[in-house]
Amino acid sequence: MEATIATENKEQGAWTGGGKKPLGASYGKMMMWFFIMSDALTFSGFLAAYGLMRFKFIDSWPIADEVFTHVPFIHGHYPMYYVAFMTFVLIFSSVTMVLAVDAGHQMKKGKVTLYMLLTIVGGLIFLGSQAWEWKNFIGGTYGSLVLQDGKIVQFVDDTGHQIALEDFVTKSPTNERVQHTRSNGLWFVKDAAALPPYSVNEVIESFKNSPNVNLRTEQVNLETKKKVILSREEANQFLEKATGVVKGANLKINEYGNTLFADFFFFITGFHGFHVFSGIVINIIILFNIIIGTYERRGHYEMVEKVGLYWHFVDLVWVFVFTFFYLV
Amino acid sequence: MAQDQEHEHESHVGLIWKVFGFLSLVTIVEVALGIIKPKSLHLGIFLGTSWLNWIFLILTLVKAYGIAWYFMHLKYEKTGLRRAIVWTTVFLICYLAALILIEGDYIADIMSDYTRWSY
Repeated sequence: MEATIATENKEQGAWTGGGKKPLGASYGKMMMWFFIMSDALTFSGFLAAYGLMRFKFIDSWPIADEVFTHVPFIHGHYPMYYVAFMTFVLIFSSVTMVLAVDAGHQMKKGKVTLYMLLTIVGGLIFLGSQAWEWKNFIGGTYGSLVLQDGKIVQFVDDTGHQIALEDFVTKSPTNERVQHTRSNGLWFVKDAAALPPYSVNEVIESFKNSPNVNLRTEQVNLETKKKVILSREEANQFLEKATGVVKGANLKINEYGNTLFADFFFFITGFHGFHVFSGIVINIIILFNIIIGTYERRGHYEMVEKVGLYWHFVDLVWVFVFTFFYLV
Repeated sequence: MAQDQEHEHESHVGLIWKVFGFLSLVTIVEVALGIIKPKSLHLGIFLGTSWLNWIFLILTLVKAYGIAWYFMHLKYEKTGLRRAIVWTTVFLICYLAALILIEGDYIADIMSDYTRWSY
């Protein structure tokens, strides 16, 4: 037995690949690249599925500019700004990561620690922003009506801009429907979800009383790339089919339009956010190892390089998610 | 090993900041175009989609190149490793995207006959 084992393996063990470096990459780095490639294909599978559904509903897909319009502390319609900020945060944390790797090559422990810490902070800011973005999306902006066949209709003012339900709907005094809880009804029955702010009839009545409010369908005019606004008569026909008031978005219904848009948004940004989260956890572990001097004693900071590859990959995926969800 | 490292790894800090500046610039251009949406680019069609979408796609690939080549260090890997990674992934993704998007287009075509936008 003894003779068949290569002696150079004794020190490093078989796990490291026996110190051989095919293509000049160490075992760990090579495996990280394998993982990144498979993960890249997973993400492209998701984004391709998103593309399939988007092409399928090309004439009615929600317009991202009208969905993600929130900026913290400012009210109003500001598409893109916040997600641009998130992109910057992630790119910047990629920069601090690559600076950490660079400092690692020169064995400067202090600098590696600092840059690693900044990378983690960047990741946390991104995750927080992501959570905020989700909160806004789930909470909704304007509110809309859902029709019998699942189509969504929204309300716009004279200028074609969307307006919120509370801007024109008046609550009728006779509507007394309250949230069903254990304490006020059957103890074994629960309302499936939080009650919408208004009832369908309230919305329809208020719509009839406000001549300057118009109804808009999901349908996109492919010439102008704007949603089609209905005439008053058509609107009344549509409203006859209304079955519910929708505020916000979840996996079952979406006030901004096609539910699939919400499903893919939650799934893809969620999966990406989970990658960011696990990246942060790994970064923290590596940070501790840097601080206690593991890599100093090992003689190289290759571990930082490997976790850096993963972190940059997460950034890379975000570049594509950003493009396909917000820009294109 | 030690001399090896000193030899190979002079500091790239200047280059890193340059790449960051470049990526930021590209992002700013993308966001500006996304907010303004110039009518001619937004509504003008070229090869099946708008000019604006083509610009976004190309700028995205440029950003991806910057990240992969300079941040992920691919530029300094051996050519064989780089090609094994990049060519494989790019080929598979293009293949997948092409098939699936063509299929989506076809479904939309078929479905449009059965979708009603009036009652």
